[in-house]
Amino acid sequence: MTTNPNDGVGRAGESIAVEPAVTDLPGHFLVLGAEEPMHLVSGQLLGPFTVAYQTYGTLNAEKTNAILVCHALTGDQYLAEPHPVTGRPGWWERLVGPGKTVDTDSYFVICVNVLAGCMGSAGPKDIDPTTGQPFGLNFPLITITDMVAAQKLVVEHLGITQLFAVIGGSMGAMQTLEWAARYPEMVYCAIPIAGAARHSAQNIAFHEVGRQAIMADPKWDGGNYYAASDPPERGLAVARMAAHITYLSDSALHTKFGRNLQDRQAITFGFDADFQIESYLRHQGRSFVERFDANSYLYITRAMDYFDIAAEHGDNLASAFEGSPVRFCLISFTSDWLFPTSESRRIVHALNAVAASVSFVEIETESGHDAFLLEEPEFFRILSGFLRGAADQRALEDAT
Amino acid sequence: MTPAETSHAARVRIDQELIAEMIAPGSRVLDVGCGDGVLLDILVHERQVDGRGIELSQEGVNGCVSRGLAVVQGDAQTDLHNYPDDAFDYVILSQTLPAIFDVKGVLGEMLRIGRRGVVSFPNFGYWRVRAKLFFGGRSPNSESLPNAWYESPNIRFFTLTDFTDLLDELGFVTERIVTIGGSGKTGTRSHIGHWTNLLTEQAVFVISRKPD
Repeated sequence: MTTNPNDGVGRAGESIAVEPAVTDLPGHFLVLGAEEPMHLVSGQLLGPFTVAYQTYGTLNAEKTNAILVCHALTGDQYLAEPHPVTGRPGWWERLVGPGKTVDTDSYFVICVNVLAGCMGSAGPKDIDPTTGQPFGLNFPLITITDMVAAQKLVVEHLGITQLFAVIGGSMGAMQTLEWAARYPEMVYCAIPIAGAARHSAQNIAFHEVGRQAIMADPKWDGGNYYAASDPPERGLAVARMAAHITYLSDSALHTKFGRNLQDRQAITFGFDADFQIESYLRHQGRSFVERFDANSYLYITRAMDYFDIAAEHGDNLASAFEGSPVRFCLISFTSDWLFPTSESRRIVHALNAVAASVSFVEIETESGHDAFLLEEPEFFRILSGFLRGAADQRALEDAT
Repeated sequence: MTPAETSHAARVRIDQELIAEMIAPGSRVLDVGCGDGVLLDILVHERQVDGRGIELSQEGVNGCVSRGLAVVQGDAQTDLHNYPDDAFDYVILSQTLPAIFDVKGVLGEMLRIGRRGVVSFPNFGYWRVRAKLFFGGRSPNSESLPNAWYESPNIRFFTLTDFTDLLDELGFVTERIVTIGGSGKTGTRSHIGHWTNLLTEQAVFVISRKPD
């Protein structure tokens, strides 16, 4: 399969192949779109390409105990084990594991690194076989719909006809909603946490700030920084710092940092990190660039910006879920101003309009958007109860 | 102990027991103001009902969802209009109506989204209530009116006769009335007369729209 790089962005009709990256990352790798390329929402064709995924627990003989977890913007498939690059605990180790809320002694948990990601799935840092160079910005634009379409191929590859649950927070909630809207027969229950059915203007604005920070770094070089092995770390770190503020809340920042000074008794009348909050954000920025690719950040933030389920249904969100057999459980957090409760409530109203089965709770917390990643006992209790109830209900349906 | 851990048997109110018996197994039911989900739990787990709930209090909602019930946090007065016509076989207002400001609006919505409405409420015309007000000169309390006037969630105090008058005004059909006396004795009535209004502590009404 060959494509002509001179065809420009469209490359209509021909499939974009992505050379499998050589990697020693743990987990599973699957080549997709080899026989028949995947149709991207942009109109381009993708294939063959690789997706990386990780699993925890054991798939039962009937293949009925699978839970797909969808990761957020900067997450990845290593949710319940130490991160292979940073060595830090998996991002949902509090929630997923043997005997935990999502119990891997009973459930088979799958998490797929999203398309355009940088932990093994095809993305802008991979090699374009037609040029022998990394794609950079020649990688096709990926949407949430495309990410979910790739996940569906993984699920089918595993021989699973229906996922017991799809769960995700933030961008993971977007994927969860997309799963329920597009493949309802493959989802028994859907749990979108701290999510929205569309990305708000404010959130697009924050993403644009992050992208401009990356692009303003001279090392970004139009996205062609791979050869120099000198990525735009400053730009990516600033993007992360700005984004990180949106994941917290005013009261959480006040409680955690206040106006406390960092390793000093008095302000220094300069631009050092005098305040703890500055030092904290700088640390967040620095540690993020170790594990994330700047171009991936551009692509994935764009995928979130383009997300709007209602747009495909004449701006009527309810009709996206018409006749849905999926049992929904939406969870939001009081202090989350990035994906506020009103966004979840909008989805609940749409689901009520088609009389879908829906549970909705708002958890009281000051942790902001990040609450879905933290120790929130009430959140864990509700998730566990909902999963138990859904499992009982399905056993009942199977028996009759 | 959390609501999920307590056995419902000890905490089921008599009106909830009566309502559970009235609902045909396998029906689609919306419990408006479902509280901690006691009735919904019985309907779903013992009557195989496809049950949903709306509850205003966060504590109630969290309790319900953590015991596996499909309940959303919401307000009967603003959220019922989201549901389509005839979405449910029954819509239940179990001891919820006295706490509702827009009574007519909620009853109207109830019979738009449900084929039948089931309404239970304490009777302010019960003789003990009348006597407490008449002889005691104070706002009455009873088992079905347990809160002091200043902390009661109830803002509407009405009698069986008040309610049947309203049903007439709204043009709704009363399909069934079950009354509960002070001793817990229940009886089925075809209409509410003066004596029934005097001797009934609380009642459950099954109502529907007039056939077109």
